[in-house]
Amino acid sequence: MNPRKVWSVAWKELLQSARDPLSLGMLLGVPCMMLLLYGYAINFDVRHIALAVEDNDKSAVSRELIASFVNSTYFDEVADLPAGADLRRLTERRQAKGVLVIPEGAARDLAAGKTVPLQLLLDGVDANTATTVLGYASALIAAANAQTLEAAGGRVELAPIAPVNYQPRVWYNPELKSTRFLVPGLIGFILMLTAVLSTAISVVREKERGTMEQLRVTSLKPGELILGKTLPYLGISLLATVLILVAARFLFGIAVAGSYFQLFVATLIYLIGALGLGLLVSSVADTQAVAFQGGALISMLPAIFLSGFIFPIRSMPRALQIVTYAVPARYFNVVLRGVILKGAGLESYPQDMAFLVVYALVVMGLAYLRLARKEV
Amino acid sequence: MHELLAVIVKEFLQLRQDKKMIPAMVIGPIVQLLALGYAANLDVTHVPMVLVDQDRSPASRALVERFTGAGTFDLVGAEDGPAAIDPWLVEGRAQIALVIASGYGEAAAGGRTPRVQVIADGTDANSSGLGLGYASQIVAGAGAEMVAARRVPGNAMTTAGRYELIPRVWYNPDLKSRWFYVPAVIAMVLMLVTMILPSMAVVREKEIGTLEQLSVTPLRSWQLVLGKLIPFLVLGLLDMLLVTGLVTGLFHVPLRGSLLVLIFLTFLFLLCTLGLGLLVSTMVRTMQQAMGLCVFTLMVPMIYLSGLIFPVENMPRGFQIASYVIPVKYYANVLRGVFLKGSGLGVLWPEALALLGIGLTVLMAASLRFRKSLE
Repeated sequence: MNPRKVWSVAWKELLQSARDPLSLGMLLGVPCMMLLLYGYAINFDVRHIALAVEDNDKSAVSRELIASFVNSTYFDEVADLPAGADLRRLTERRQAKGVLVIPEGAARDLAAGKTVPLQLLLDGVDANTATTVLGYASALIAAANAQTLEAAGGRVELAPIAPVNYQPRVWYNPELKSTRFLVPGLIGFILMLTAVLSTAISVVREKERGTMEQLRVTSLKPGELILGKTLPYLGISLLATVLILVAARFLFGIAVAGSYFQLFVATLIYLIGALGLGLLVSSVADTQAVAFQGGALISMLPAIFLSGFIFPIRSMPRALQIVTYAVPARYFNVVLRGVILKGAGLESYPQDMAFLVVYALVVMGLAYLRLARKEV
Repeated sequence: MHELLAVIVKEFLQLRQDKKMIPAMVIGPIVQLLALGYAANLDVTHVPMVLVDQDRSPASRALVERFTGAGTFDLVGAEDGPAAIDPWLVEGRAQIALVIASGYGEAAAGGRTPRVQVIADGTDANSSGLGLGYASQIVAGAGAEMVAARRVPGNAMTTAGRYELIPRVWYNPDLKSRWFYVPAVIAMVLMLVTMILPSMAVVREKEIGTLEQLSVTPLRSWQLVLGKLIPFLVLGLLDMLLVTGLVTGLFHVPLRGSLLVLIFLTFLFLLCTLGLGLLVSTMVRTMQQAMGLCVFTLMVPMIYLSGLIFPVENMPRGFQIASYVIPVKYYANVLRGVFLKGSGLGVLWPEALALLGIGLTVLMAASLRFRKSLE
């Protein structure tokens, strides 16, 4: 292996990609767009749920209950319904996500020590949101009950018995912001997408134009050619990583809690696997269109759906969980979240790191074999 | 009419010749469906939980039982003290830790307030949030049971009334998130088949130079446009029926509304996607540019900002306003309305009007640009 030859291939590649504004735009523009989309638009933090209220009691007590829902900021009261309103219509037209029905005589029954049934009708189409809403509502009702209990306890001069002192604590992300969860995963997704697409397309373009043949008759060894082809994209991808980290710091306030060096090491290993995958795609595809489609499919779909980026792997069917073991983003996401959010070191994830190294070696090896064989 | 038919036939013949087209039309939808149907699942189950039980009483064991019994939490390990929890959460072996302080059983029996702590790894904000919600419901249930056991006449407990929440979930009573995601595949497939493919088909003719040849024939430009688009309209509707069959047959998502309403509203949506595809084809020169423009500046933002997968209500105000011009937003409402809510045109007419308005506008603009680019 001659470093000077590798360098000249890499330099040629850089010049070429600088002259192709579309590809370069894709390499830098897509990460920026994705970051903005995921950082600002995608949000599982459910707030301001449109709630309609059918208050059949209209007492101070019932108004207080409604106020506690609105003041929690989880709910916005969008309608005050008369008795017997068509509740179903309202949710079908999506004017309200839920309807709270307070029965007549709620205040009276509550004072008499009876149990007051409160109906909460929910639009369950978005199951995730509905589950969260249900949790909020039961917490608010529990708080209201504790208050009633306290008031009653004061009256009869008996110490109130709080059932259980429940203390939830959340580590690493105390406000449970989904941005903090999504942004590290986004790095894995973007790197996979750009690394695979850029290498695959750059090699296939040479194939299409016939310049690959010309490169092969030079004195370049296959290893030198592969290294020269991938190094520029390794550099560009690392640059994209820095860009994302800087943006995450200033736009979303997500700082790297762990060591930058360890983050760099993990990213480098992950990128080697991703670039190898791109080379592998290029050895199969003959046209840029096929390389684009194949590369996008093979990099994007698993990195979004099978990596734990958004959807927890635990909730998948068993067979699909097994498939996820072959997706490098799965391991990278674990490591990245550990280093960025938890401040953990790589030694906490020996298995995940081992898988990443094995993946990089296997894919690069396969790509080398396929590209070298064609040379003969 | 005759000429129009000729263009349509030509387009179909061309589609059949492209060997990669048929797999793209059939395999693409199926892969997307499997991914969204099986992998896209935000339901929280089997949360790995590490236990620190410093009480070791029958009462504390009963509480642990409540956590593990429902299938939401899986007990993966136990530690002696809270200090040992750290590595479990850092390494991701557990997502939640349940800490029962010593004296829990005594306090519960003696009418004092026992302490229970739940520590969650917040990095996965969504599932931790849901997990904490479940945990608080479980603890509240245990507390209610203790209180009930202690009810003695004359105690404040018996004189204080309480609310009881009776939730009723409509349309999706088991709260399966799959029911939310799977119908979305129809919209994604339609964007591929009726937006990206037709724009590529037009650009290919440009690249090969046959579009020039067509422009010197006596064909009117509207005949050319319609002839190009109608085959994709037909294919799109067929793909919609195929995916609908899979959605109901394979994933058991109910189709509660009428199929005819769905077909009609899909037709309106296709006006938008076909128009956008044609518009893109007038703006680019190569197929690769067409693909890049369609995928990254149209399809991805439209999927993410439309509420197709991620609820629009949680987005910042600006994004919410922007979503009004995205046709997929209305079509997502249509899909969920017809499939899950059984809605008809009586409810969905605003969506129908919006789709028609956007579709006609885009088609008109695209046709004008297309005619200009021919001249």
